[in-house]
Amino acid sequence: MAHGEIRLDHKVILGMVTDGASVLDLGCGEGELLSILEKEKKVRGQGIEFSEQAIYSCVEKGLSVYHGDIDTGLSEYGDGSFDYVILNESLQQVWKPGVVLNEALRVGRKVIVGFPNFGHYSVRLQVFFGGRTPVTPSLPYMWYDTPNVHFISISDFEEYCKNRGVSVLDSVFIRKNSVTRILPNLFADTGIFMISKTPSPP
Amino acid sequence: MDVVKIMRNRIDKSDQLHKRTSKGTQHEDPKKDRGLGIVETRYFTFHELVTLGGRKLSPVTLAYETYGSLNSEKSNAILVLHAFSGDAHATGFHEGAEKPGWWDILIGPGKAFDTDKYFVICSNVIGGCKGSTGPSSINPETGKSYGLKFPMITIDDMVNAQRHLIDHLGIDKLLAVAGGSMGGLQALQWMASYPERVRSAIPIAATVRHTPQQIAFNEVGRQAIMADPNWKSGDYYDGPPPSAGLAVARMVGHITYMSERSLEEKTTARRDPASTFKSTAVLEVEQYLSYQGNKFVERFDANSYLFISKAMDHFDLSGELTHALKRSGMKALVIAFKTDWLYPPEHSKEIVRACKMAGVNATYCEIDSPHGHDSFLLESEQQGHLIRHFLEKVAKE
Repeated sequence: MAHGEIRLDHKVILGMVTDGASVLDLGCGEGELLSILEKEKKVRGQGIEFSEQAIYSCVEKGLSVYHGDIDTGLSEYGDGSFDYVILNESLQQVWKPGVVLNEALRVGRKVIVGFPNFGHYSVRLQVFFGGRTPVTPSLPYMWYDTPNVHFISISDFEEYCKNRGVSVLDSVFIRKNSVTRILPNLFADTGIFMISKTPSPP
Repeated sequence: MDVVKIMRNRIDKSDQLHKRTSKGTQHEDPKKDRGLGIVETRYFTFHELVTLGGRKLSPVTLAYETYGSLNSEKSNAILVLHAFSGDAHATGFHEGAEKPGWWDILIGPGKAFDTDKYFVICSNVIGGCKGSTGPSSINPETGKSYGLKFPMITIDDMVNAQRHLIDHLGIDKLLAVAGGSMGGLQALQWMASYPERVRSAIPIAATVRHTPQQIAFNEVGRQAIMADPNWKSGDYYDGPPPSAGLAVARMVGHITYMSERSLEEKTTARRDPASTFKSTAVLEVEQYLSYQGNKFVERFDANSYLFISKAMDHFDLSGELTHALKRSGMKALVIAFKTDWLYPPEHSKEIVRACKMAGVNATYCEIDSPHGHDSFLLESEQQGHLIRHFLEKVAKE
């Protein structure tokens, strides 16, 4: 597959993952990202996905996947079992994002988190002027049929990392299909962070 | 008689329904039409098997069938493992038979276990009554059927016997071992006993260990058989068999194989509170069970029921599976069914957990099928999709 056909957020994550790494993709959907990572980076990948239909697509792609929810699925993995744990477009859909992040940071040496930015100006405008639950390209759902159960802004996530002593190793912000660094919490639709547990001081 | 006729009609109708649905999918894939045609059961006899309990069984015969052909590297062999009352006849038709083998929906040319690509083997378990050595076989020491003199066997012993067959066929490493229910237990036992001889395993609707609930249902069945005056401590081969007891055992088993909904669909409740108590089956569900029980006694031996159900009840790999799988490099596809309450999905997840802890690459899917535990025999589309693609991946590596 040529790089040109790959979604920008997938391309960003592809750039963060090293060759031959072990990867656990939480909420891997139909396995698009995981199969790109297996092809391009020769990773040893595993996915966890809630949707039965998506599992069939993953198995068709030759992926190794677990049918279950990521709120409960990580306890049997040992500490640092994976080089990377990926939560792309899935953290906002879990019931206990704090628990899932802790578990991801325990199981993965590095964690890559991508999420739609709730701090985006169009979200703010729709809430402030429209008084409505916002619907944007990165948050395309109506309030009554959204899979998202939490909303996260880029600033929220940065503050979470700071307060919890989580190191941000890299961050990339996407605005309308290109990477941006200008006031990301206001202008970026999507934030992608690579984080890890800060090693405790000696 | 009428009851039997009604039930036959009902079952014929549901068979036709199955045929129609499978024809629907045949349109998409013309390969599926070809079938295997007439197949035959073969027999392999070896000198001796020492059971886990230290008893010697000699000689030992295994009934088996094979489909497709073994490639020159002998790398395309798949061992398919049958459930409690199954046999070596997994697919195709026996001469003159109207019904195909028990897993015909999944094994054949172009099917999930594609006999154009793979060499598929299925053997009847020891302890059975379908051509392999079991309690109804002749004990060479006495010249009479073993009966209760047959050694207690375990799932481990069944798999050990199959290993002799695989050796005999000249196969060093199986591409896959696969089976549902007790077949799934055997697949797990293969993973634990011979991890170096298996590249992948597909345990379906299985469990890491038999739970007290599962043992309890089996015990009711055993007690029913042993309460039948014809059972005579297992020494009934010269007289009438304990059919009434065996039929009740089958009825209990049959209930556990079905979901509430599938039982509902087989029988529409017709209740008549004004009637007096009758000892014969009145409601359709009663008639259905009685039909299933009576049909079963024609094809199964009561002592085999006792020995095989005991083997299942002693099954417990919870301590050793993870340990055995470490550094095995094996792959696993674990399948469960949402409506299976005999071996519920939670039990399959435990298998996956054991795999993960051993670092074994495991795929898990919980299929939303309405047929309860029996789904593994009925569900061709989703189950077939998973198995087909999983095997393709394993074969490529």
